[in-house]
Amino acid sequence: MLERFVYLDNAAATRLDERVLEAMKPYFFDIYAVATSQFGYSLGIDARDALEQARATIARRLGAKAEEVIFTSGSTESSNMAIKGVALALAEKKGRHIVTTPIEDFPVLHSARSLERQGFAVTYVRVDESGRVDLEHLRQAITPQTALVSIQAANQEIGTTQDLTAVAAICRERGVLLHVDATHSFPRLPLDVHQIGVDLATLSAHTIHGPRGVGALYIRAGTPIRKFMDGGFQEFDLRPGVEDIAGAVGFAKAVELITPEETERLRAMRDRLIGRLLQVPYTRLNGHPEARLPQNANLSFRFVEGESLLLHLDMRGFAVSTGSACFSRSLEASHVILGIGGDHERAHGSVRFTFGRFNQESDVDAVAEAVAEVVSDLRRISPLGKDAEREQLVSEANRRL
Amino acid sequence: MPLPYSEIVMEHFRHPRNVGRIENPDAKAVEGSPACGDMVAVYLKVDEKTHRIEDVKFESYGCASNIATGSIVTELAKGKTIEEAKQITWKEASDALGGLPPIKTHCSVLAVDSLRAAIQNYEERHGLVAEREPTTVEAVTRRLKHVMNPVVGLDLVRTKLVREVSIADGVVRVVIDLPATHQFANNIREEIEEKVGHLWDVQQVVVQFTE
Repeated sequence: MLERFVYLDNAAATRLDERVLEAMKPYFFDIYAVATSQFGYSLGIDARDALEQARATIARRLGAKAEEVIFTSGSTESSNMAIKGVALALAEKKGRHIVTTPIEDFPVLHSARSLERQGFAVTYVRVDESGRVDLEHLRQAITPQTALVSIQAANQEIGTTQDLTAVAAICRERGVLLHVDATHSFPRLPLDVHQIGVDLATLSAHTIHGPRGVGALYIRAGTPIRKFMDGGFQEFDLRPGVEDIAGAVGFAKAVELITPEETERLRAMRDRLIGRLLQVPYTRLNGHPEARLPQNANLSFRFVEGESLLLHLDMRGFAVSTGSACFSRSLEASHVILGIGGDHERAHGSVRFTFGRFNQESDVDAVAEAVAEVVSDLRRISPLGKDAEREQLVSEANRRL
Repeated sequence: MPLPYSEIVMEHFRHPRNVGRIENPDAKAVEGSPACGDMVAVYLKVDEKTHRIEDVKFESYGCASNIATGSIVTELAKGKTIEEAKQITWKEASDALGGLPPIKTHCSVLAVDSLRAAIQNYEERHGLVAEREPTTVEAVTRRLKHVMNPVVGLDLVRTKLVREVSIADGVVRVVIDLPATHQFANNIREEIEEKVGHLWDVQQVVVQFTE
């Protein structure tokens, strides 16, 4: 067994914080009743109070009213509900058109595709090579028939953050609702929904050391949205099902534990890692150098394939993720890297490193060294890039002369 | 270990045998492309009299199963005559590795393809092809099935990018349904020239792109 396993896939899932677990425990063993109305028995009222407190905590971080936040089973459900719910509610009144980007995460992208199959038109707004939305194209893409614009706060793979203030200003100017997938940014990056002008926002606990299977959807009061599942009247008659009190409490605790100081610590580790890895020849950073998630580094190493890189790193005790087709369940290369104009080779050689609370500063140098070694080993056996490397050696030698 | 790969696969992945290039090889072949995410090059040194494979080396750009199959296939081929080595199948390679996940077939079959292509390359270079049949449109098309369409990682024929193949006076003309300005136009041209150009009765390969 390895001495220490260095986990750098915090965008995929995070280790639960013990303090979150402690906050959740009473709602499994003591206050296990359903949240009842105020006329119910006291155990149910306690449960309801806990649920409402959790809701208020999350709403506060958004600058929203508590009743504008509903709990869901995670980002997938939240984004499905936001996009399909609003599109269907406005199909008659506004039109059958929505606008999004080609680099959204699958819940948004596949919800859009599902609407396309139902006869909706979808415009995918161009992004530049760093993954930032072309604002002029966004402005042009919105028509009087557009029911909704859905643009992520930050990208799940390359970490690029969008200028939401500018995006929201355009949406408001054109009178269109805006949904923001903030799964990877909330609450590390500020998201004041009223100040910015966001109408719906997808949130999740699994990216911030909270419980898995717990998320939320912010819905601005008065937003037309169709109820997605049939059932009871829970969550303001928008999301039926027995409430997951422990999950909601855990989510709120996880949100409270995210501090600006911690985010700065992650940012410093990320910057150091990017700096070290860019010293590996034929390496490039994917995503925007500044406008990016503080916890995300994504780089492409030319002439090597990501799955091999990932397995070698795993054997050395490091967990990372790759945009290679070989690694994906669909055997398709990262739609994000291709979406920002990268070719297949760049996608296959891309590696994502995402930091979390339980990473230590020493992890950075350890992983950087391991990556440099593995990349060099794999390049030695690769038929690609040999001549380019020779050229580099020659040019380096010339420079020394 | 919850890994889908057998211990033997992992061993060959960690320590691949016969890795590298042979300078001035008697034959070589490359299958796959960076676009499809897997690529294997095989280099052969063959005894001219006995047709026995004296040395074989491979290079791989690909996943663990690709690397491991390159390693095992070259192990199996070394010391065999080219006739024997031609018979090596993907199944044999997979069995020798203790099995490969079905989803990885297409990555691992490349190493077997590449070995066969290298042997074929040797036979063609050394005039060993039993009957020198004239190159037909069918034969060219068969070879185009080994040229990848980088946009989707599937071959040109399957993705219907081959608009026309014609042969006249030793000149093979291939029309590809992509603009000449396409990102991969040059890459595709080179691969087609490599796959078809060395055939005994082909003097020239002309690859054209539609507007």
